[in-house]
Amino acid sequence: MSVLQNTPYGRSLKHLEYAALGGRAYQIRKELKQGLEKPFKTVIDVSSGNLHSAGIKPLTFVRQVFAACLYPQLIKSNKLPADVKQRAQALLEECAGGSVGSYTPTRGIPEVIHRISQFITWRDKGAASNPENIYLTPGSQWALENILKILVNRLASPGTGILTPVPCYSTSILSMNLLGAILVPYYLDEENGWELHVQELHRALASAKGVCNPRAVYIINPGNPVGQVQSKKSMQEVIQFVYEKRLILLADEVYQDSIYTGNSTFYSYRKVLSEMGPPFSDTVELASFHSVSKGFIGECGLRCGYVELVNLDPSLKDYIYKLFSKDSCAPVLGQIAMDLMTNPPQPGDPSYSLYEAEIRAIRDTVTDNVKRASAVFNSLPCVSHHPVNGGAFLFPKIDLPTKAVQKAKEENLEPDTFYCYRLLEETGVYACPGSEYGQAAGSHHIRVCTLISRDVMEELLTRLSSFHRRFMKNLS
Amino acid sequence: MSATRIRILSARNVLPLGRGQSGGAQRSDGDSKLRLLTSPHLSPSSPARALSSLSATRRGLPQEKMSENGMMSRAKVLTIDNMNPTVKKVEYAVRGPIVQRALELERELSEGMKKPFAEVIKANIGDAHAMGQQPITFFRQVLALCSYPELLNDNTFPEDAKSRAHRILQSCGGNSMGSYSASQGIESVRKDVALYIERRDGGMPCDPDNIYLTTGASDGIVTMLKLLVCGEGASRTGIMISIPQYPLYSAALAELGAVQINYYLNEENCWSMDINELQRALNEAREYCNPRALCIINPGNPTGQVQSRQCIEDVIRFAAKERLFLMADEVYQDNVYADGCEFHSFKKVLFEMGPEYSKSVELASFHSTSKCYMGECGFRGGYMEIINMDDEVKVQLTKLVSVRLCPPVPGQALMDLVVNPPQPGEPSYDSFLKERTATLNALAEKAKLTEQVLNTVQGISCNPVQGAMYSFPRIIIPEKAIKEAMALGQQPDMFYCMKMLEETGICLVPGSGFGQKDGTYHFRYSA
Repeated sequence: MSVLQNTPYGRSLKHLEYAALGGRAYQIRKELKQGLEKPFKTVIDVSSGNLHSAGIKPLTFVRQVFAACLYPQLIKSNKLPADVKQRAQALLEECAGGSVGSYTPTRGIPEVIHRISQFITWRDKGAASNPENIYLTPGSQWALENILKILVNRLASPGTGILTPVPCYSTSILSMNLLGAILVPYYLDEENGWELHVQELHRALASAKGVCNPRAVYIINPGNPVGQVQSKKSMQEVIQFVYEKRLILLADEVYQDSIYTGNSTFYSYRKVLSEMGPPFSDTVELASFHSVSKGFIGECGLRCGYVELVNLDPSLKDYIYKLFSKDSCAPVLGQIAMDLMTNPPQPGDPSYSLYEAEIRAIRDTVTDNVKRASAVFNSLPCVSHHPVNGGAFLFPKIDLPTKAVQKAKEENLEPDTFYCYRLLEETGVYACPGSEYGQAAGSHHIRVCTLISRDVMEELLTRLSSFHRRFMKNLS
Repeated sequence: MSATRIRILSARNVLPLGRGQSGGAQRSDGDSKLRLLTSPHLSPSSPARALSSLSATRRGLPQEKMSENGMMSRAKVLTIDNMNPTVKKVEYAVRGPIVQRALELERELSEGMKKPFAEVIKANIGDAHAMGQQPITFFRQVLALCSYPELLNDNTFPEDAKSRAHRILQSCGGNSMGSYSASQGIESVRKDVALYIERRDGGMPCDPDNIYLTTGASDGIVTMLKLLVCGEGASRTGIMISIPQYPLYSAALAELGAVQINYYLNEENCWSMDINELQRALNEAREYCNPRALCIINPGNPTGQVQSRQCIEDVIRFAAKERLFLMADEVYQDNVYADGCEFHSFKKVLFEMGPEYSKSVELASFHSTSKCYMGECGFRGGYMEIINMDDEVKVQLTKLVSVRLCPPVPGQALMDLVVNPPQPGEPSYDSFLKERTATLNALAEKAKLTEQVLNTVQGISCNPVQGAMYSFPRIIIPEKAIKEAMALGQQPDMFYCMKMLEETGICLVPGSGFGQKDGTYHFRYSA
């Protein structure tokens, strides 16, 4: 019997189920365009962290610099602020042939990497970052996949195991599976803000005995789909765990800018590692991932991320370089976005006040969204939502009645997928079922993106509330 | 009425994309004597190898090692010995060690070190803009407008650029290029690509559902290879590639643990393909692997040959007869220079050969925004057209492409402009045509000039550069040099190229990076 059938990710690995939901959302949009009558006029897509498509606007400074880099005539014109023009000029000088259409070195534009490492050092309050260990990539998922390629031997027996959270971002699960890794789930504690307990890591590791050869722990912080922000203590425990058990730490930190309560701070794994001092700081092997897709900049479509490798064996460098080289380089516009994200306008710059205002507006919007949505979820019958401090999604639990579970079974769907289908058909809201991410057996959730405009959130909550009450009434 | 043909690539023989079904724990004893050529770690003579992937802890090996000063230091968790063995075999000469040295020299020059040259010329990579080629104005205008739509109010931009930008933005979520698109690519762009292909191929229908936008052509090529490679031992997938070839292919095959089947292009006949040679390579390969696909680069890289129509027909017949999946890398389709040479797309020829072939031969053809007259490598734009793919395999393909979420949207937008350029009568048409013609002419001139000049040098002979953007001359390396190279552990042509770099600042890629007949040496020079 396949090991996969016993994991909480079983359904998500088949992929077909939730892909079909996306396909249906697409179809409905088309039908609306063709004028078909529906109980709603628009599809509200909160299925992914796709900021710009859900009402969050791109940052003006960023887009102005792009335009000037793409069409350098603009640098000579008076249509753009001085700092935009200067930045574009400087960036073009760092591109071969002065063009964003040239290839860059494999790891990325060297000056950009250098500035990113300065950003990291500043962010981590002194834990110095070495630019030689940074690789710009076409998205953080690409980086994760390619680091995993080095680690995972598809043909090994026993297979390569990766400890992964439940729930976990579905694309990461799929990627690991496609590479031939064995997923070793560790459960986050829903009752306690989805906390990661190190005892649970121990349990998961023990469960892998005889099944696979565990080599890494994958952690998403802030989390996805659950937005827990890990405490420093928890992070220290994880570091101690990977040190003792000789595991690679894969830290997916793409949501590091999405913290929306005052009582939470993002700490990067490399910062905590560095603070712990030797032997941890100079031995624990860590890959940390970041991206331009999330945060405030939301440039998902540009496809750029980076991975920083800490304490990896230097003799691996050549192999990593060659592996990355065959895909040439990250898209140049994406590299520029990464540069602008990590080195934004400073006080005194002409674009500073607008930039700050836009960031603040997004932050306020998301904070309000989270507050509002949590309140609404908790007011609905059989829905509970534990407060979380960050990330881009809410992951409320829904206690589906037996009748609903039965109906789902008849349609050969997971109960929460069934719920999401009904939600989509009746209200046009496209949310993702918890089964896509893995969850404790018998529990059901939906995932809803919070990086959306206020009025989209309001509309979403209105539609979802009335649907939910109807659903529960009819299927209780 | 012929029986329904069983697809070469079907759900039963596509790697199930994961562990289990095609290998791993289900190996039987009977298979143990049939081993992969490329994965010696499976050799039965070294059973200890199977343990090598276990961590040091589990093998009971020392977790510490003595460092030079006698201090105990902890052994690394991830090492060369326990990393994925197939990744170790990946080489990619275009960005290889010679380029590292070139970058070092550039740094030294900028620090004021004296050299016999004032600048390093990086002729190793096909990067047009880096070598002074100008981007097409219209494309950049549209992309600037798409990035910062406020500029749509600016009257210095032509109306046709604005309407294109408007159309592209409407196809993007939230009217922003920063939104994820569908994994297969923006639908309206795929439709435009399909129309382009129809026009290019004399009206042969093209279904937009068969178009997948990709992150450069490389992404599409590797995705298809992932689908093709499966099996073990004598049934391990073999992929036929031309020698010389663009080393993405050999790198991808190494990483996937596939068997590389070399077929040699005929240097004496301007690097033409020879069906007899294909047959030879295939017959030999069948002894130790399961050949499943044939890759062709047309126009060629590094060789620049443009295949004749007859040749393409012969290849299609061969693939049909031998049941091979055809991979046609056509990224240089606009770069054809030589008189008497013409680009013929595999798709067009396939369909012109009638239903006996067009309904059965499985084909993937690839294009990119990186080459031709655009030269926009940094955008990572591309597409592939899939012909006659099994429906269940398409499902697997959908899975694969979803893992990378979507191709870069600016690259998709750019591809839309490439397949849908300004038309006669539109404001930007004249300047577009002028720029495109000038760029293609310049590339053609450089190709001719390179060939002429190189042929005047004793010891260098260069075939006509019919297309693409490289020359791949043969060099005669004296015995003494060969000996010196071997003593340094270098390939003779690497030795030659390194010397060239140190003495003149010109960075080339040695022929050994692309593959060549034993005993011959070449280098690739980007025009």
